[in-house]
Amino acid sequence: MDFTFSDDQLAFREAVSRFLMTEAAPEMLREIWETDVGRSPDLRHKIAEQGLTALSVPESCGGLGMDDVAWSLMTQELGYYAIPDSLADTAYVAAGLIAALPERLPSREEWLRRITDGSIRIAVGHPVNPLVADAHPADLLLLAHGDEVHAVPRALADVIANPSIDCSRRLGRVVWEPNTATLVAAGEAGRALWAATLERGVLSVSGQLLGLAQRMLDLSVDYTAQRKQFGKPIGSFQAVKHHLADVATRIEFAKPVLYRAAHAVARGDADASVRVSHAKLACGEAAWLAGRHGIQVHGAMGYTWEVDLQMFMKRAWALDASWGDRGFHKARVAGFVLGDAAALGPGRTFGE
Amino acid sequence: MDLAYTPKQRAFRAEVRAWLADNVPRTPLVSYDTREGFEQHREWERRLFDARLSMVMWPEALGGRGCDLIEWLIFEEEYYASGAPLRVNQNGQLLLGPTLMEFGTEAQKQRFLPRMAASEDMWAQGWSEPNAGSDMAAITSKAIREGDHYVLNGQKTWSTRAIYADWLFGLFRSDPASSRHHGLSFLLVPLDTPGVTIRPIRALNGKEAFAEIFFDDVRVPVENRIGDEGKGWHVAMATAGFERGLLLRSPGRFQHTARRLVALYQAHRESADRDPTIRDAVCESWMGAEAYALSAYHTVGRLAKGARIGDEASTNKIVWSELDLKMHETAMRILGARAELVAEAPEAEDGASWLEGFLFAQAGPIYAGTNEIQRNIIAERMLGLPKS
Repeated sequence: MDFTFSDDQLAFREAVSRFLMTEAAPEMLREIWETDVGRSPDLRHKIAEQGLTALSVPESCGGLGMDDVAWSLMTQELGYYAIPDSLADTAYVAAGLIAALPERLPSREEWLRRITDGSIRIAVGHPVNPLVADAHPADLLLLAHGDEVHAVPRALADVIANPSIDCSRRLGRVVWEPNTATLVAAGEAGRALWAATLERGVLSVSGQLLGLAQRMLDLSVDYTAQRKQFGKPIGSFQAVKHHLADVATRIEFAKPVLYRAAHAVARGDADASVRVSHAKLACGEAAWLAGRHGIQVHGAMGYTWEVDLQMFMKRAWALDASWGDRGFHKARVAGFVLGDAAALGPGRTFGE
Repeated sequence: MDLAYTPKQRAFRAEVRAWLADNVPRTPLVSYDTREGFEQHREWERRLFDARLSMVMWPEALGGRGCDLIEWLIFEEEYYASGAPLRVNQNGQLLLGPTLMEFGTEAQKQRFLPRMAASEDMWAQGWSEPNAGSDMAAITSKAIREGDHYVLNGQKTWSTRAIYADWLFGLFRSDPASSRHHGLSFLLVPLDTPGVTIRPIRALNGKEAFAEIFFDDVRVPVENRIGDEGKGWHVAMATAGFERGLLLRSPGRFQHTARRLVALYQAHRESADRDPTIRDAVCESWMGAEAYALSAYHTVGRLAKGARIGDEASTNKIVWSELDLKMHETAMRILGARAELVAEAPEAEDGASWLEGFLFAQAGPIYAGTNEIQRNIIAERMLGLPKS
């Protein structure tokens, strides 16, 4: 029993953090916001050079073969630096789906190799999300038609933009026609792929929400330690301290829930969906509180476009309801908790 | 990350489970906040000790079995899942015990720890004073050295079950010219020493659950001091962080309460569902207890790898005390108009156990450092915000 990360995993996370700190500073994100496509080929190229697009790709296809547990650290960093959706959607969520396709499928290896070298953007249209993130700049769209999974080249779909309050989100309504040429899985196999993709998508946004919460907390601590009123830093006042202590506590107790969920998905545990929904709720609530208390302690500055808090706060608001809103996840938890009481209680945390 | 228990850990769980199934009293013991219940709980502690299950983490030579923290978590899970009695000597075993292990002389350890593990000595704590609560460094009770004795004068308060206890541990000002954290000494005081007067304080439940203690020229041998003279604050605080936060309230306790709450909700589902927020609160209780358990395993794993757990331990105290409150509030709402019935009421549900728990839960955010103090600690030491 060892519910911790290895030194290698932690060092990798640290390296990713250092890389994104310099390459994805808020000023740069703001510049990217102003572009039509909202994405930077240059940033994606640098990210691929670091090997980050290769994490989930099996080693047989040139990737690093890392699992959901490693991604639970990575996604926090992506959230912390507010990296737009297409990276995690391509390199984690879509990579997982494509890797699970039958090996005889001719395009499978090509797609995986292109994920590894960073030359493909893939958008995932899971039925749980009404709109598709990053469909517009994608090269390939993974779309659902009933249980079927279709891999649709961008040229075969129309995308109607639906702008979000989070300028890093590029949501679209995808209009397309399923055909046999795009079909990659159907029936039981398709259902299983969409089910696994759901868990991975939820884990991905959960980790990002947690990273966003930490970023908002850090920004708030920095601001309140410097901003003076009544002759003192406002961070010395208890009312302000307690707001931020509550955020720190919420974050601290959401982390292990996320890690347990990631492990459950990687191992295919029977209770994985409950663990994943618990993680989404815990991480979402941490991010929501970090936003609320963050803007409160920033005062009027927090209500401005100018101060960076808004970049992370609005992203947290947006991601909170993506990959299943709270009602969806609460229902999944309730189905388990209010079902068989014998499955609850001390000693069941790790499914024994 | 490897989330499977080892064969040794599984065998330990099976052994503990089997022993508890054979030994946990079939009818609940009387409340340990009464003389009768206190003695019943002392007997229960003795049975635990005889099975070497009272202090599983302590070395074998002191009556324990040298378990690591994971095995301790397993023990706690099984203990609470079995519905075994609450631990009456926890203040000694969990708050004083680790302090003695770290700062006690060999002779002090041998003298006090085995008897503490067996609950032959029951311990009360002597930190708070009428004017030293959250501001504990304002302690004024004195311990003036006279030869090989200290002479104690002053008053302690909020000392849990002190009227039934045998010994007291606490901080006294041994340097009368000192102030704040300096000049305090950590002393162990037999409560039958002449000059000690213990006056019970009735708690919310009407029972004499705690007490105030008066010291009038109470003579305590110098050999009853833990650590150096004047260094009592350091001694008391050294084991204050993680150990107290997590050891004092292990996750199994709250997971057990969460499971009972689910069962209570299921038994009253029809009436409970008239308030749609109850169902949500029940599910959140399970999630909260589960998160606390996961956090404990994560923390314990990091400790095993040599990490030092610092001030983030203050988050534990806030989480478990607010979770306990929330769960019992939810139970009260489910029970509705019958929630107020006390144990003697013929129509009380489950011996009024939810009401008892609800009353005790009110104290959680107050004792062991109020949650306001914990939030200050988090803000200043974990987040680095400036002191007020």
